[in-house]
Amino acid sequence: MNEFIFFFNSVIISGAVIGSIYAIGAIGVTLVFGILRFAHFAHADMMTLGAFLVLILTALFPAVGPAIGLPTAFVMMPVAMVATAFIAVGIDKMFYKKLRENNVKPVVMVMASVGVTLMLQGLIRFFAGTGTQSLYIDDRKAIFRIDLPFESASRNLVITEPQILLFVFLAFAVVSLHLFLNKSRLGKAMRAMSDNPDLAKVSGINTNTVVGVTWIIAGALACAAGTLLSLDVTLKPDLSFMILLPIFAAAIVGGVGHPYGALAGGFVVGMTETLAVFNWTFVLRPLEKAIPALDLPNTLAFVPTEYKITIPFFILLAILIWRPTGLFKGKII
Amino acid sequence: MALIECKNVHAGYGGMNILNGVNMAIESSEIGVIVGPNGAGKSTTLKAIFGLLTVSEGSIELRGDDISNLAPDKLVHKGMGFVPQEHNVFVSMTVEENLEMGAFIRRDDFSYMLERVYSFFPDLKDKRRQPAGELSGGQRQMVAMGRALMVEPSLLLLDEPTAGLSPLYMNEIFERVIAINESGVGVLMVEQNAKQALRIAHKGFVLAAGKNRFTDTGQNLLNDPEVAKSFLGG
Ligand SMILES: Nc1ncnc2c1ncn2[C@@H]1O[C@H](COP(=O)(O)OP(=O)(O)OP(=O)(O)O)[C@@H](O)[C@H]1O
Ligand SMILES: [Mg+2]
Repeated sequence: MNEFIFFFNSVIISGAVIGSIYAIGAIGVTLVFGILRFAHFAHADMMTLGAFLVLILTALFPAVGPAIGLPTAFVMMPVAMVATAFIAVGIDKMFYKKLRENNVKPVVMVMASVGVTLMLQGLIRFFAGTGTQSLYIDDRKAIFRIDLPFESASRNLVITEPQILLFVFLAFAVVSLHLFLNKSRLGKAMRAMSDNPDLAKVSGINTNTVVGVTWIIAGALACAAGTLLSLDVTLKPDLSFMILLPIFAAAIVGGVGHPYGALAGGFVVGMTETLAVFNWTFVLRPLEKAIPALDLPNTLAFVPTEYKITIPFFILLAILIWRPTGLFKGKII
Repeated sequence: MALIECKNVHAGYGGMNILNGVNMAIESSEIGVIVGPNGAGKSTTLKAIFGLLTVSEGSIELRGDDISNLAPDKLVHKGMGFVPQEHNVFVSMTVEENLEMGAFIRRDDFSYMLERVYSFFPDLKDKRRQPAGELSGGQRQMVAMGRALMVEPSLLLLDEPTAGLSPLYMNEIFERVIAINESGVGVLMVEQNAKQALRIAHKGFVLAAGKNRFTDTGQNLLNDPEVAKSFLGG
């Protein structure tokens, strides 16, 4: 029983946590691709940027959270999401719009987004330094240990407050996005433009508005993903390096341009990553008693933890070889 | 004053001119039909009128206003609708969503227009919740025309609305075009089924190599032995 709880805590919960983060990031990447048809590499740095905006706001108003009973950073997140959305629209106006109007090839857009990545990283380091920061300034991370009603269970299920907030936010974001895309006039126009941009223009859809809305959603989601990740672990200026490959893997696994695919892809990548580095020794200990000949090593994992970042890479390779359109058929929202 | 008039239009793709002086004019009460061999520049003409290409010389006028090189969404606001030759429906969206996208610029309640389109194309009513990508060629064509009608345009441009359809379906589409025209919409249409199309045309334009070869009423073109020999297959 204890072995099972250990497995649940360190694989199911951890996998779902990192999977949710990847999913929120990948949905943004996939929406930008669906509308603008290029891989937006600066997305992960918009996540970091959003989290740093939250850090600044949290430092300015540290008492807000305790007054409400939530982490201050989480209370500040919606404000930072709005700010990041505006920054995303601004970045588009300054860097991508001119290229788009000149009908450049997608690869040029990708290179421009790499440039934006480097610029954002520089900016973040310039203002916030290079060190690790915590989004908990005046409050502490609440950890819930849930007793299970079993005789044989001496361990607890462990889940932290930011993890619960993450799941709540993910559910809220997915339902809102679903309603937006399927019920609202602008959401439908977004699907139309990702389906057939020329026909969207001919129908009188203002494509600049749709592009703007796309950046607003992508920017806001990036800020949320970055903040929720930093709440769960810590905030570093180079966060984006660890997160970029997994979110692109998630978007591609799900089928590019497909938001529900990105959601599923996020969980596939997150769970696989967590399962791959899971140390099976603890779970297999009871077997050692039953079979004396069995001599378990101290760590028994598919992949050593230091090589965790290779997992999304292999998932990406595998999906591109066997099912290049992704789990869901990609390319349209 | 003509509803739409092209005066000596030159246009092309990226510097290379395809149209070298196209002239045509139709009134609100008329159906104009453009015929001509493949590659003559028929689709290019409609794209130039709808602001999808740069007009380098000449002008295009809607009721006397110069509209050359206006963006497509501006033209929709001016009461023009366009059904392209290919990829003319949103395949991943339902029939009804396709029609709603046609009405994107309308902020009023356009549900009466949905009903009117369904009464026009009864086949579509049963399929309203089905993705347009799952429809037959003829049904897609109806969705595409319905989409363009949602703004209640005064001018409708149709690029080969009967391409690939069986004769029965073709006649049905032509009947619809006549009905649309009788409701007060000027129609400018490109057609490969030249004889049948010229039969319903008030004006006909025979295009070859980016220029008008013949311009007359539909009936006169049908009766012209030279047109019949070179362009209508004898
Ligand atoms: N997107 C494009 N880019 C470059 N050239 C094009 C493009 N589309 C068409 N053309 C060229 O313009 C010329 C006229 O094409 P257009 O599509 O107007 O012909 P059409 O009269 O409509 O023929 P069809 O009956 O086959 O539809 C052709 O020579 C074609 O190669
Ligand atoms: Mg054509």
